[in-house]
Amino acid sequence: MDILDYLKEERNKDWRKNLRSQIKTKDRTKTKKVKMPEENPDIRNTNNIEVNSGLTKEQALLEASRCIDCANPTCITGCPVGINIPKFIKNIESGDFLAAAATLKETNSLPAVCGRVCPQEIQCEEQCFYTTKLKLPPVAIGYLERFAADFEQNSGEISVPQVAEKNNIKIAVIGGGPAGLATATDLIKFGYDVTVFEALHEIGGVLKYGIPEFRLPNTIVDVEINNLKQMGVKFITNFIVGKTASFDDLRKEGFKAFFVASGAGLPNFMNIPGENFINIFSSNEYLTRVNLMNAANDNFDTPVFSGENVAIIGGGNTAMDSVRMAKRLGAKRAMIVYRRSREEMPARVEEVKHAIEEGIEFLNLHNPIEYFADEKRRVKSMKLQKMELGEPDDSGRRRPVPIEGAIEEIDVDTVVVAVGVSPNPLIPRSLSDLEVSKWGTIIVNDDMQSSIEDIFAGGDIVRGGATVILAMGDGRKAAIGINKYIKQKIKK
Amino acid sequence: MDNKIVEKIQFSENVVKLIINSPYIARSRKAGHFVIVRVDEEGERIPLTIAGSHPENGTIMLVIQRVGVSSAKLCDLNVGDTILDIVGPLGEATKIHKVGTILACGGGVGVAPMLPIVEAFKEAGNRVISIIAARTKDLIILEDEIRKHSDEVVIMTDDGSYGNKGLVTKGIEDIVAKEKINEAIVIGPAIMMKFAALTTKKHNIPTQASLNTIMVDGTGMCGACRVSVGGQTKFVCVDGPEFDAHLVDFDEMIERLGAYKDQEIIAHEKHEHKCKSKHQ
Ligand SMILES: Cc1cc2nc3c(=O)[nH]c(=O)nc-3n(C[C@H](O)[C@H](O)[C@H](O)COP(=O)(O)OP(=O)(O)OC[C@H]3O[C@@H](n4cnc5c(N)ncnc54)[C@H](O)[C@@H]3O)c2cc1C
Ligand code: FES
Repeated sequence: MDILDYLKEERNKDWRKNLRSQIKTKDRTKTKKVKMPEENPDIRNTNNIEVNSGLTKEQALLEASRCIDCANPTCITGCPVGINIPKFIKNIESGDFLAAAATLKETNSLPAVCGRVCPQEIQCEEQCFYTTKLKLPPVAIGYLERFAADFEQNSGEISVPQVAEKNNIKIAVIGGGPAGLATATDLIKFGYDVTVFEALHEIGGVLKYGIPEFRLPNTIVDVEINNLKQMGVKFITNFIVGKTASFDDLRKEGFKAFFVASGAGLPNFMNIPGENFINIFSSNEYLTRVNLMNAANDNFDTPVFSGENVAIIGGGNTAMDSVRMAKRLGAKRAMIVYRRSREEMPARVEEVKHAIEEGIEFLNLHNPIEYFADEKRRVKSMKLQKMELGEPDDSGRRRPVPIEGAIEEIDVDTVVVAVGVSPNPLIPRSLSDLEVSKWGTIIVNDDMQSSIEDIFAGGDIVRGGATVILAMGDGRKAAIGINKYIKQKIKK
Repeated sequence: MDNKIVEKIQFSENVVKLIINSPYIARSRKAGHFVIVRVDEEGERIPLTIAGSHPENGTIMLVIQRVGVSSAKLCDLNVGDTILDIVGPLGEATKIHKVGTILACGGGVGVAPMLPIVEAFKEAGNRVISIIAARTKDLIILEDEIRKHSDEVVIMTDDGSYGNKGLVTKGIEDIVAKEKINEAIVIGPAIMMKFAALTTKKHNIPTQASLNTIMVDGTGMCGACRVSVGGQTKFVCVDGPEFDAHLVDFDEMIERLGAYKDQEIIAHEKHEHKCKSKHQ
């Protein structure tokens, strides 16, 4: 069935018609957008508790009633995995929260994660009727997604999706981040024998080692992983494909296809003088020490250094996570140093708002050009070049240009560099026939198939650093691609 | 992949050799590769170079010197115990080729990672001269194994308690005075590698050093392991661990190795305290 027909059919069901008739559209649009309950900024910036505490049932019901169940739900076009948004929201309005969660899971295997970390303001919520036509704040689709997913997680009635009869065909998924998890979910549903190989000692990729507890608690991710285990997905940690065993070794073990979801794990540095001084870290190192290795907890052996004057270089989600972490680790001054202005920041709008509330300083239109150290080579200050905005560049954002002679020096004892990531080179290096772009990303066709027939790829290793939901979208597409490939192979 | 310890040999008070079940790594590893180990849930991820393996038995050999909390925890494990996480083999393997005469210089526990390299160069048909250097006799390890794969072995101790008295640099000078060396490899404490490299540079001997920086993931993800080589930043875990010793900025590396010294001292005291209270 065509997707539009499907949406229409669902919308024409009696319960949906009933709901629509209960409240007039005009009245629906009069309701004010819900406010997410949040922890107090002055207290939360000293602990690791999740900042957003989640909508109450009453809030969720009221917010769901704002959605007018459009005949042409444009919001869906903004969703990279095409969630049937009106259907899940109307399920919330009718009080059937488990049905809402089940609707989310039709197309999104990690709704509790996406409800928390997706940039909704440039996806579904940007395409919401309220935003586009009414010029009013959109329906809080992200908050509602989280509400339904959390409700299910806490209900003890997590639905384990139906799995097709086992076909005993072995597929290897390489990398346990969102792309890998999404593929694994679909492939296991199709009946494949799926093994996820993960290099680290934990499954979850960036969700575990990168995004901090105060934004995405690990337990949320673990519930989803356990769900996959129950569906029969096998997980092998501490296993680096291309190192621990080669693709050929795994082919010999009977794996018929591979999905490479190894992420963009290689941190970029700026290559400016002094960048290797002590206490200058990549954001990956800084966040990994705290998130994955528990360095801030005295009972764990891994140390982390976090001083009083901490500068984070960059304006993305990684930079926001790092700077808010620095505050929580006790920094007196935790600063963002970003070469463009607030408007160009790629971080989620909500993270920037939270950071400001938590007392983060913003040195926008500043760019580091050199670091200085004490006699023990520990960083002690940095030289900043002031910038102004010029003409738009390829990305459509206005290009920052240095203001001649406008240079200042500030004291810092910790610097975290968060200026982007490059594709993890381990797999491309282990496969000489694999076609990669000049940036090191794996080149794939529409089915997410690489230049090597049985190897598919998706997520950050294909896109460079992108988002959780795009990684998951790739994963789902690859599952279909792999299924198609295997079917053709069997026919031959 | 059960990571079980099947054999333990105490080389000296602070150095142990562990033979561990790890079939995949035993099969895949080559000379120069290392693993990342996490002993228990609270443990750090630390890099250890693989000193050898037995593919048929599915075992690998690690040699560990007690320095901080993590290595102490490892040294205290016994046969039958299991290490929580071992991942590898990591890094680029040593480029083994036939060049003529190889001088292999190992200092302290650096002799352990040097062993498979010596073995491989010998097998490739080179004449191999090995220098084993340590502070004192008790700290000389794997002498028999190195001898088995070398054409000549020189022992150097700082205090003269065994072999020749003097530092590794003196050992190098003595050998260079006698015969032509085509290539050298140095593995050991950073300070030893620094001076060994200066010595071979003086004699224009192309030299590789195997670096042992601080690491976290060991897969190129964090940059904790970065070093400057010829003015360029490199990640030891994926670009190395071996680099042209004459281009490595050892002074920077030595300082970076000390980045967590203060925290390490506190952690070590805490660990010792915990152990003591456990034994009481
Ligand atoms: C701090 C931070 C904050 C972020 N915040 C957001 C946000 O708010 N919203 C958002 O949408 N996106 C965010 N992102 C981006 C998002 O996390 C990534 O786009 C997404 O995780 C990519 O998913 P992936 O599955 O492709 O890769 P990853 O999540 O990177 O997972 C790849 C996994 O593969 C493993 N691996 C690599 N090589 C191998 C191998 N050879 N064998 C086995 N395993 C291997 C790695 O260890 C890793 O676990 C953030 C990123 C960071 C770093
Ligand atoms: S140890 Fe993390 S990049 Fe090398």
